[in-house]
Amino acid sequence: MISGKSIDELRSLIDNGSVSSEELFNDALKLANECQSELNPFVTIINNYEHTSGKSILDGIPYALKDNFSTKGILTTGSSNILKDYVPVFDSTVYRKLKESGAVLMGKTVLDELAMGGSGLTGHTGYVKNPWDTTRIPGGSSAGSAVAVSKGIVPFSIGSDTGDSVRKPAALCGVVGFKPTYGRISRFGLFPFASSLDHVGIFARNVKDISYVTDILKGRDEMDMTTLPDEGFLYSSKLDEPIKGKKLFYIKEIVESAVTSTNKEVISKFMDLVNKLRSNGITVEEVSFDKRILEAIFPVYFIISCAEATSNNSNLTGFIFGPRSEGRTPEEVMKNTRTVGFQEMIKRRFVIGSYILERENQEKLFLNAMRARHLIVDKFNDLFLKYDGLLLPAGGIAPKIVPEKEADKLNNEYLILENHLAIGNFGGYPSITLPNGFVSGMPIGVNLTCAAKKDLECLQIASKIEEVTGLKNITSGGEVDA
Amino acid sequence: MLKTVIGLEIHCELNTKSKMFSGSKNEYEKMPNQNISVIDLAFPGILPLPNIQGVRKAIKLALALNCEVPNEVMFDRKNYYYADLPKGYQLTQMTKPFGKNGYLDIEVSGKQKRITIHQLHLEEDSASMDHFSDYSLINYNRAGVPLVEIVTDPVFNDEKEVIQFLESLRTIIKYCDVSSASSEKGELRVDVNISMMEEDAKELGVRAEIKNINSFNSVKETILYEIKRQTEILESGGKVLQETRRWVDDTKETVSMREKVDAIDYKYYVEPNIPVVSLSEEFINEIKSSIPMLPNERKEKYIKSGVKEKDANTIIRNVDICEFFENVLSLGGDAREASNWITTRLLGYMSANFLTINEVYLTPSMLVSLMNMVSSGKISTQQAKEVFNLILEEKKTPEEIVKERGMEQVSDIDEIKKLVNSVLDEFNEQVLVYKSGKTNILGFIMGQVLKQSGGKVNPSIASKILNEEISKR
Repeated sequence: MISGKSIDELRSLIDNGSVSSEELFNDALKLANECQSELNPFVTIINNYEHTSGKSILDGIPYALKDNFSTKGILTTGSSNILKDYVPVFDSTVYRKLKESGAVLMGKTVLDELAMGGSGLTGHTGYVKNPWDTTRIPGGSSAGSAVAVSKGIVPFSIGSDTGDSVRKPAALCGVVGFKPTYGRISRFGLFPFASSLDHVGIFARNVKDISYVTDILKGRDEMDMTTLPDEGFLYSSKLDEPIKGKKLFYIKEIVESAVTSTNKEVISKFMDLVNKLRSNGITVEEVSFDKRILEAIFPVYFIISCAEATSNNSNLTGFIFGPRSEGRTPEEVMKNTRTVGFQEMIKRRFVIGSYILERENQEKLFLNAMRARHLIVDKFNDLFLKYDGLLLPAGGIAPKIVPEKEADKLNNEYLILENHLAIGNFGGYPSITLPNGFVSGMPIGVNLTCAAKKDLECLQIASKIEEVTGLKNITSGGEVDA
Repeated sequence: MLKTVIGLEIHCELNTKSKMFSGSKNEYEKMPNQNISVIDLAFPGILPLPNIQGVRKAIKLALALNCEVPNEVMFDRKNYYYADLPKGYQLTQMTKPFGKNGYLDIEVSGKQKRITIHQLHLEEDSASMDHFSDYSLINYNRAGVPLVEIVTDPVFNDEKEVIQFLESLRTIIKYCDVSSASSEKGELRVDVNISMMEEDAKELGVRAEIKNINSFNSVKETILYEIKRQTEILESGGKVLQETRRWVDDTKETVSMREKVDAIDYKYYVEPNIPVVSLSEEFINEIKSSIPMLPNERKEKYIKSGVKEKDANTIIRNVDICEFFENVLSLGGDAREASNWITTRLLGYMSANFLTINEVYLTPSMLVSLMNMVSSGKISTQQAKEVFNLILEEKKTPEEIVKERGMEQVSDIDEIKKLVNSVLDEFNEQVLVYKSGKTNILGFIMGQVLKQSGGKVNPSIASKILNEEISKR
């Protein structure tokens, strides 16, 4: 009943009495349990139906939440052993708002440990697999949330996006992934990875559903000083307003960076879309960029995120919450807890982050990365004065799972094609990834990024792209016109 | 000859209603772990919510200490692992402290000295810990309490200067109402950096840092102990180690905690969850105008209006006393007399009865009427002291007391003349003795005048009239 249906469809089924919210919930559980052993998207599948009536369009509709959002009374692990038994005592603002809207939480989804990673393979409960091909990665870090939507278990799910952690898995799993402007959605209760880059993001199978959920979540939150005041209108109600004369651009050097045959196919699909958009009255221009700036994106992202992550995760000591190791002194307790609590790759990031922040390295590494970030943002801010949005391939197809390889190391061969999505995090820009067809039987995505605070415009253009591609409401395992 | 060089770091807990980055109560609480929230305990996902009152109070103190104030509010993370620090970092100010390059003038043994203040910044306090043989207890009541740290330049040369500075600083803190600055509750804690150097040396000697001293007396003892310890080391040809030490009050000595205090790299960086907010001139001026006139300025003013320096020093120690005193002046009271009443009588009564000036019955206007009764000759100085005590004890106005007890002096000249003449008539024999040249007997006659008036006659007027009347006979 629930499988693959949009929010609008489910809403009318509930409203006309064909199905109850509890039946939808049970249906979602059944689907979740069916795919759990094969794909492993959930840390926790919630077995008891708990629904607080709300008056919103989401009332009674099940959804899944990434396991790094604090949920009072419900295990929240961050997919890390260091929090494997942690049951929060307070709600994240995102969870509270969804609860108040009447949406029903059915599961907490797997992420790369503490959201650090892009594969979906490093959670403490094991690999998450791509529903289109279980030998491939789903992408991360919001792996489980992407899979839950892609499998049609829930119409929407929540993720977090620090570099591309919503938009990348969305592309690799063939769904829509959106992160609004920095500050549009409160981060209160989201386990921090890199606070200046962290965004709340949403997965759904069409742009309209994305906008419904964004409408519920957006707005000022007194618990998060960085949140923006609400604009006073709903994105979903203005989504279909006609847009005219929009001007987009893509970056020549990124499109030209494809070398492998699959990536060339990805690019050719992208150019097909560009042409279709042009014939639909949207201007798309090519802009050439200094390649050194593009090549700086990943290192800059890595430096800033590791530095902030080191500090943000220093509270995980076992003193107040989480499992605590033995030790003769408080220092020993802390050391032992962290030694067994984190996997190798996390420790590596902490060591790197710590190194970056050291007095003698800070100027050269951390502060220079911050300067580079500003430089990149200034550049894009300038371009957003001229263009309404940046259109790019979201990346290549999902890589194979290679177990013997260090699990969160992605293939760095096509650096700029795979890593440009962090631009959206540097500038806090609204950014959305949509399906753009299939290559080798795997979904590929297209990404649209707009100027900060232009969330509505971003969703409106995305809606137009969706109309042009005709790729809407895709579920893995369903019928697809590849 | 060795010279002592001392610099101070003073931590002062602000008296805001809530903590610096959470809504938890900021008040002294005996029961451990009562004033806490998820923010203070650093549960995953919490974000800091800066307390605007904390910001105001820190800036107020910075301005009162003549500091340069930055154009925006910014906090930094100081990263280090310790069990008393829930987040694993402390929110503090490194990039833009609320105060820089300030100063405070003090006077020691009659000499003025300007103590320069390197920096003043706002931060959050850590939890407090008790260590036992095989376990430790953590109390998070203090975690997140707003704390101002004041760092002076190394400009002190002895313990007297340090104590005088600390006293003056505490007075200013109280004047500004930013902290109750009670060292018993740990609201004011001092770190002493102390080194010895040859008088003509160009570089400072190796210093020891003595942390977390809780009382001014211990600060004094610490400094004297360290001077002796370091002098002995240096004079015997040894080297002072750069280390962190602590004062042990039971044994009256400092002991080493760890070596090389500069070895810790705190990896400071700007807190990303607090947007940078600019400080408008308007905001700063508003805070400026809330600072009361400070002790040094008041002292000068008091001395100019005739107060003895010693009394001025006593009055300026407490801003409430200053206000009382200034109210007396504005009601027309004489400065010197008023300061005398306050320092000799009022403060003594207050401390004997553990009362503040706002709790005593005496008001500035009562003191002024009392002083007027004396100057107009209505009552004698001796009587005034009695009235003063009765005001405080019986909680009555001076007018009520004087009336009830019939203490008014007779000052009417005709009336006194009448009385004097009747006494002279009665004691004619003694008048003749006086006239024969034995003028000593006048004292006896005067005694009779006073006696017959029932003590109410104004003695100086009566004595003058007696002289006049007796010479007429």
